[in-house]
Parts: sequence; C-alpha cells; structure tokens
Amino acid sequence: MTVSQQTPPTEHHVIPTPPKRRNGRWSGFAHLLMARMKELKREPEVIFWVFIFPLLLALGLGIAFRNKPADVTSIAIVAGPGADKAMSLLEPRKSSIHAEVLDQSLALQGFRLGKYDLVVEPDANIGFRYHYDPARPESVLSRAEVDAALQAAAGRKDPLPTSAVTSTEPGSRYIDFLIPGLLGMNLMNSGMWGIGFALVDMRQRKLLKRFVATPMRRSDFLMALTSSRLVLMIIEVALLLGFGVLVFHMRVLGSILTILLLGAIGAVAFGGLGLLTASRAQKIESVSGLINLVMMPMWIFSGVFFSYERFPAIVHPLIRALPLTALNDALRATILQGASLASQSGRLLVLVLWGGISFVLALRWFRWT
Amino acid sequence: MPVAIQCHDLRKTYDGKVEAVSGLNLEIETGECFGLLGPNGAGKTTTIEILEGLLEPTSGKVTILGHDWQTNARELREWLGISLQETRLSEKLTVRETIELFSSFYREPRSSDDVLADLQLNEKADAWVGKLSGGQRQRLAVATALVGNPKILFLDEPTTGLDPQSRRQLWDIIRTFQKAGGTVLLTTHYMDEAERLCDRLAIIDHGQLIAEGTPSDLIDRLGGHHVVEFSVTGNSDAAALDGWRALPGVDSVRHDDGLVCLNVREPHRTIPALLDAVHNQGSKLLHLNTRQASLEDVFVRLTGRHLRED
Repeated sequence: MTVSQQTPPTEHHVIPTPPKRRNGRWSGFAHLLMARMKELKREPEVIFWVFIFPLLLALGLGIAFRNKPADVTSIAIVAGPGADKAMSLLEPRKSSIHAEVLDQSLALQGFRLGKYDLVVEPDANIGFRYHYDPARPESVLSRAEVDAALQAAAGRKDPLPTSAVTSTEPGSRYIDFLIPGLLGMNLMNSGMWGIGFALVDMRQRKLLKRFVATPMRRSDFLMALTSSRLVLMIIEVALLLGFGVLVFHMRVLGSILTILLLGAIGAVAFGGLGLLTASRAQKIESVSGLINLVMMPMWIFSGVFFSYERFPAIVHPLIRALPLTALNDALRATILQGASLASQSGRLLVLVLWGGISFVLALRWFRWT
Repeated sequence: MPVAIQCHDLRKTYDGKVEAVSGLNLEIETGECFGLLGPNGAGKTTTIEILEGLLEPTSGKVTILGHDWQTNARELREWLGISLQETRLSEKLTVRETIELFSSFYREPRSSDDVLADLQLNEKADAWVGKLSGGQRQRLAVATALVGNPKILFLDEPTTGLDPQSRRQLWDIIRTFQKAGGTVLLTTHYMDEAERLCDRLAIIDHGQLIAEGTPSDLIDRLGGHHVVEFSVTGNSDAAALDGWRALPGVDSVRHDDGLVCLNVREPHRTIPALLDAVHNQGSKLLHLNTRQASLEDVFVRLTGRHLRED
C-alpha cells in the first residue's frame, strides 16, 4: 500500500521565524534622510523653485542690467530754422548721441514718455533751449553731454587738458552684486519652505503623529530634515556660483570652503526660523502666510536686488540685524572680496543668534500632533 | 490571562468644557481582539489615542503590558503597532520604501518582504503610495504598524470607507495577527465588523461605557435573538405599543423609522398572534420582516439612536 502525501501549500507564515534583523542607532536617521531626499527628487516643483528659478532670475536680471558697451542718449531736435545746424554740430558725436528732428509736439510727447532724454529747441537768436527733467539722471547727463558737444563743435576751447581711462572689470558689475544676493535669498526661501512648509504639511497629513507613534527619535527626525537642507545647500551654491562664473565670467575670490561654511550656517539659521514658523500651525494655508510675512521684509530690505545703502542711514542698524542682510553681506564679502570668516564675526553672530533662538523657542512650542 | 491594556477612570476634557471621555474603565486581555464600538463623536478616537500615548488624559491611569507612558514610553513604542484613523503617507515614496522607513525605527523589525507578503502588497512593492487604491493604502497603513513586530495592534477605524472585498482582506490580516498571539484593540462604527472580528466589545456613547461583553452576550441581553419589524394602518401611539408588547414571546417593543420593532424569543409563536391581533383590530398589515438581532439593535435599545446616523 502506498501512501501519497500531499505537499502542503507553501505559505509565508509556514516558514520558521526568519533570522532577526537588528537596527543600529543611526538606522532611523539614515532612512529618514534617504526618504526625504527621494521625495524631493521626485517633486518637480521643488527642482524648479530651488534650482531652476534662481538661475532664470540671475539670467534675466543679468541681461536686463548688463553694462552696455557705451551709453547712447536719445534726443529730439525741434524742427525749424536752426535744426539742421544742430544736427551738423552733433554729427561728430554720433556714437554717443542719437538725435532726431521732429515737430515740437511730437518731440515733447516722446520726451514725456521717456523715449527721449532731452529736447533741443533752436531759439530765435541762433542759440538753443534745452527741455530736460532734473529728476531723471539720464536727462541730466544727456543735457551735459549735448551741451558740451554743441559748445565744442561751435569752437569752445577747454582751458584745462583732461584725459580718461575706462574700466568695466568683473567684480563691480550688477551681476556680481546680484549673484551672492540671489544665493542668500535662495537659502532663505528653501530653508523656510523646505523646513517650515514641509513640517506643517506632514502635521496636516497626520504623518508627524504617525511618526511619533513609533520608537523614532524626534531628534533624528529634525536632524534628518536639517541634513537634507545642507545637501541641497551645496547643490544650490554650486549651481548659482557655477552659473555666474560660466555665463557671466564672474570671479570668485573667497575659498569654496568658506562659502560652503557660510551657506551651511545660513541654511541652518533659516531652517531654525522655518521650524519656529511651523511649530504650531495646523494648516498649510496658515503657515504659508506666516512664512511670507517673515520673508517679505527681508526681500525688500536685505539687499538682494539693490544695496540697502539706499535706505535712510538711520535704519541701517535695523537692516543689518536681519538674518538675510547678515548672510548677503557675508556672502558678498567672501565671494567678491575674498574676506575670511574670522573677519565677519558680527554677521555670523547675527545668523547664529537668529537660528539658535528660533530653534530653542521652536522646540519649546513644537506640536507633533 | 495577563492584562495587555488597562485604563481606570479615564477622563479627557478639551478646552476645559467638552468632555470627550468621562470616566472610562477598560481591561483588555492578552491575545484578545477588543472593539470599541460607538457612533461618530462618541470618544472612540480620543480613547484609543490616550491608550496609544499620543494624547495626555485629563485624569485617570493607563497601563500597557504592565508599564505606563510616563516612565516607559520608549519601550512601549517598540511593542505597539499603531494605525491612525487617517494618515496620508508620503505619496512620492514607494510601498517598499515606506515600509523600510518605518522598520528602521524599531530595534528588531520584521523583514519588509515578509510584511509585504502578509499584507498582499508584493505586486505593489515598487509603486508610489500616491498610486494606490483606498484598500491598498489601508493595508499599507496596517503594514507600517505590523513591521515593528508588535505585541499589541491599535487600529482606529481600519475599514472605514473601504469596499467589501478590501474590508474582508483586512479582517483576515487582523485575525492572522491575533492567531499568532497578538492583542488587537480597534475602533469601529460598523456593527458587522465588531460582531465578526471582536472577542469582546465595549459600546461607547458620549464618552461613557454603556455596555461591555462578547457580541453574543450583548445580543443575549436584548432578551430576544430575533427582531420582527412591521407596520400597520391605523394609530401607532404608546397605547398601541403596549398592545404589541402583550403579544406572546415579545421581550421589548420600540418604534423605529415608521416601523414597530419587536424583540422576540420565538417568532413562530409571536407572528401568528400578531396577524390575529391585526385582523381583530380591523387594520391592514403594510410591511412585515423578521431577522436576527444585531449589535445595532443593542445600540438602539441602549441609546434610542442608531450607530450610523447619516
């Protein structure tokens, strides 16, 4: 007699207990960081706003405010007896003065619209009358230049011989001013959004609560979030500076290490500020408003697009106390003048204080649920 | 049986006014599947989140596996698997990455492959969480709770909003965990889920325990295991109800949604008597239905309301 034995259906839980896995101290941190980086990589909006947008901004502004080879002033000459004479007197200066003969009304209208910097009207007794706007620098310049040209052509002799050397060195152009400012602004934006917004989003999705329902160390979670910012910071710095060097032939005088250290301090300081804005908010709408409220003054005052020296001197100390001003000033000094970290202790202190105080307050108020 | 979860005189007051939980006592034994059953807003989620150590009770004592949250939180976290009512996991991570992430938090997790296989998520292992169906997402949520190899599984409304097939799949998963020696505490407002899955139940309303026992115990307490529902022409006032209560074999009577409901021990004796009574009154029977009594009847009997009031 044969006994046929059926093999039991193989199922996973029939297998004897598999060898136990043991996780080390840093396993949670490593996985959190890895997960965060993967999520960022898979989010096209993040790639655009963090990496592409600042480059587009630099490109656009760099082109718009590039130093033109020679400034040409456009002027209108009112048609009438004397207009031909003015044209012939200005002929030798054609390369810097572009003149057109027009009816008076058309000429003045063009002047009002900013098409012409100056209107030259021949007057009855063989002289000329200038229409210019003392509040428009290009109009003032144009008047001086046209007057000098007319007088010289009419035979004026300058009593003092002068000469001039022109200079358009890299390092003093608008793009050189702009790139470190954009870098600072980008570190602020991505620090505030990358930490503040991300946290509130996770709180709203109850993911924070789900995480603290596991044995995850809360410090690991915050460290992983900060570390992801530092990794992104390195890419942001490399992209913007590389772009400036390759496209605009910018010269970077400071050491890369100093710049990266500054970037790290800035990224962590704004991360702390982001954490503070996110410590209580339950909805992403409310944290978005809060983040914009915090960043708005710094966009305007901290010298991203233009120097804060344009604001009255009395508010300069306040402006310099803003974290973005400190970061921008330090980045400019390092990148454009090769300043060392040690020479900027004041600015570093401002950043460390903002970051440190925010972090301590944030930890006190932070809600995981 | 050693006690897995215990709470004594648990209270939770929000903003000093709203009392979500008022004086709850529970004792859940190791290896049990225990259900908290109650309508929306009864205080089920508040209760389970206090037991999970995610909410501070206003007063009362909680003991989990002989430990409390104040002194042994870290150990307890290793022993508990928790699925919250609604967690939106990261949509841009794959199923496997999500399970790996959660397993990285535990000292001795289960292997991700085992968990994927147990929860029938193998085929979706490399799909983004954002692409999963509702049932698959819920299975993943339970997977993240099981990956730590927990002793106790907490599930807050695990099958709410799922299709019947997905619900049955989850029930199987919960039973498998229980068979392997695990303890389960779940909340639900589905009476069929509570009846099929739970060894014991606590019915909660307005933050208070109104009944506790095995599902069949609770139904037994109704008196009759059968329900006769009918409607007739003519008046249906309190006096009429008394008339129906006097029929043979009737345990209790109530009005429900235009119908008269009788809790009945022996329908074969009650129904002929009912038909005679209707005939004698000169009314006409418009509707007649008999069925087994359910937890829903228990709840209605206890509170005068239905579990699910949509």
